[in-house]
Amino acid sequence: MTNLLEVRGLTKSFRGLKAVADVSFAVPDGAIVALIGPNGAGKTTTFNLIAGAVAPNAGEVLLAGRRLSGLRPDRVCAAGIGRTFQIVRPFGDLSVEDNVLVGALHRRPHVESARAKARAVLELLGLKPLAGQRARSLTLPDRKRLEVAKALATEPRLLLLDEVMAGLRLTETDHMVSLLRDLNRRTRLTILLIEHVMRAVMKLSDRVVVLDHGEKIVEGSPQEVVVDPRVIECYLGAESVA
Amino acid sequence: MSALSSDALSQAGAGLTARGWRVFGVWLAALLLVPTVADSYFLSVLTTLLWFAYLGQAWNVMMGFAGQLSLGHSLYVGLGAYSAAALFVHFGIGPWAGVWLGMLVAALAGAAIGVLGFRFRVRGVYFALLTIAFAELTRIGFSHISWLGGAGGLFLPVSQRVNNDLAGLRGTPAMFYYVILVLTLAALLLCRWLLGRRIGYYWQAIREDQEAAQALGIDVFRYKLAAVLISAAMTAVGGVFYAFFYNNLFPEQIFSLSRSIEIILDVLIGGIGTLFGPVFGGFVLTPLGELLTWSLDRAGINIPGAKQFVYGGVLVAIVIFLPDGIWPPLARRLGLTRASSDPVRSSEP
Repeated sequence: MTNLLEVRGLTKSFRGLKAVADVSFAVPDGAIVALIGPNGAGKTTTFNLIAGAVAPNAGEVLLAGRRLSGLRPDRVCAAGIGRTFQIVRPFGDLSVEDNVLVGALHRRPHVESARAKARAVLELLGLKPLAGQRARSLTLPDRKRLEVAKALATEPRLLLLDEVMAGLRLTETDHMVSLLRDLNRRTRLTILLIEHVMRAVMKLSDRVVVLDHGEKIVEGSPQEVVVDPRVIECYLGAESVA
Repeated sequence: MSALSSDALSQAGAGLTARGWRVFGVWLAALLLVPTVADSYFLSVLTTLLWFAYLGQAWNVMMGFAGQLSLGHSLYVGLGAYSAAALFVHFGIGPWAGVWLGMLVAALAGAAIGVLGFRFRVRGVYFALLTIAFAELTRIGFSHISWLGGAGGLFLPVSQRVNNDLAGLRGTPAMFYYVILVLTLAALLLCRWLLGRRIGYYWQAIREDQEAAQALGIDVFRYKLAAVLISAAMTAVGGVFYAFFYNNLFPEQIFSLSRSIEIILDVLIGGIGTLFGPVFGGFVLTPLGELLTWSLDRAGINIPGAKQFVYGGVLVAIVIFLPDGIWPPLARRLGLTRASSDPVRSSEP
């Protein structure tokens, strides 16, 4: 498998504090990779660096061999990366459908064609009954799904999901997991996700990258990672292995 | 109208119900017939009303749709007015040619503000201050350009007010009334068209959350700049109308901050970000002011600034009790629009 995304030596400091330090990893084309680690490990910063929201101090990001670092977020989106925000950012006054439509318009300049795409994505994520509601009125789990819908509507090659399972109930988590896996299998959509819900990480990911204090400490299959003593010490805690 | 499905209409940002269209039709017919019955005073009040509604519509493109607050829109009014007036006074070139220069000059000024503001990440209140600064600088600058009459004003020769010469924009008050009515309707149509297209949705996305919009591939700088350019050019057309209607231009008046605020009033009262808000706001505010003037007149009371005082009071009440403006809730209540079809800017963060 060739690598769709390659992150090499990514480094970012905020006022002298290293949020991300020399992080390198790759996401193979068609794979699902999880980024885990304790709070403050630099996961979201890594996402922001990949998505172009934050410029790195050093290192580079490559999508299918093309250098992305230094590009603005809209250019990164055009290159084929769709992202969600950990703290959801719906367009509050727009309807749910129009929220997704805005994403769909990226690759489909004509509103009719984009609307058809938006409706298909809403259907896929089970948001169709809420299509006419204002995004502001949605519950948190629905807003999380809307985030995914917006990003998906831009028809990315790589989807960056920042804690989209957080706050979801067990059944909702399972639904999201099966949905993502289905997408991955059917459309070969490559996914990089930040997740604290280990149940989802275990079920979904082909590989897991563990960050701590801005550094990559472990990388491997989910089964390898959860028994790794370093991961247990810094993140999972002894009890969660059982 | 019947050829369009209700869905398509809703997507175009109009969101009118069948009943809404009927009311709109009656309103339009009444406006078309007004000059046949109205006296010249009534006509001049309506002309001013429509002029502010038109400017409000233009301002709404920038603030209501794209979320960029301008408190210096008098700049574009003045630049449009002076451009066309200068061409006419000095070279005898008519307003319909001058309007292009007016739009160009205003758009260039808008581009300067936009590029400065958006490139250097000047946002919100600070961006609004930038728009004021440009208008004020221009006001002071124009007072010293003797070729444009300086502070003493630029005057257009008033030839006659009997025969209608549409090409020269010279004629009766009724002609001017119809011109501004057509402009107002054209602005309404243009806005409706823009809202139903990619640019309209992108503007609203930027207004709601700029970072989220950018993450969905929107070139935020480009679309914000487009909003400023379109709004500035539209506003300049209103300026050209002003020049040929009033025939005199003073920098102190036309570029004044109070004019910029006046442009916004109708929209605030009607509903920022809505399609019909600016026009509707005008039809609320102006009659209110006229009624007040009339009743004070009858009572023999002379209070300078009473109208402005009442405007201020109305504005405070709207901001507190109906931050979305009067139009959205009223139109829904009367069944003129479909629920949540009119894009509305809420005051909530």
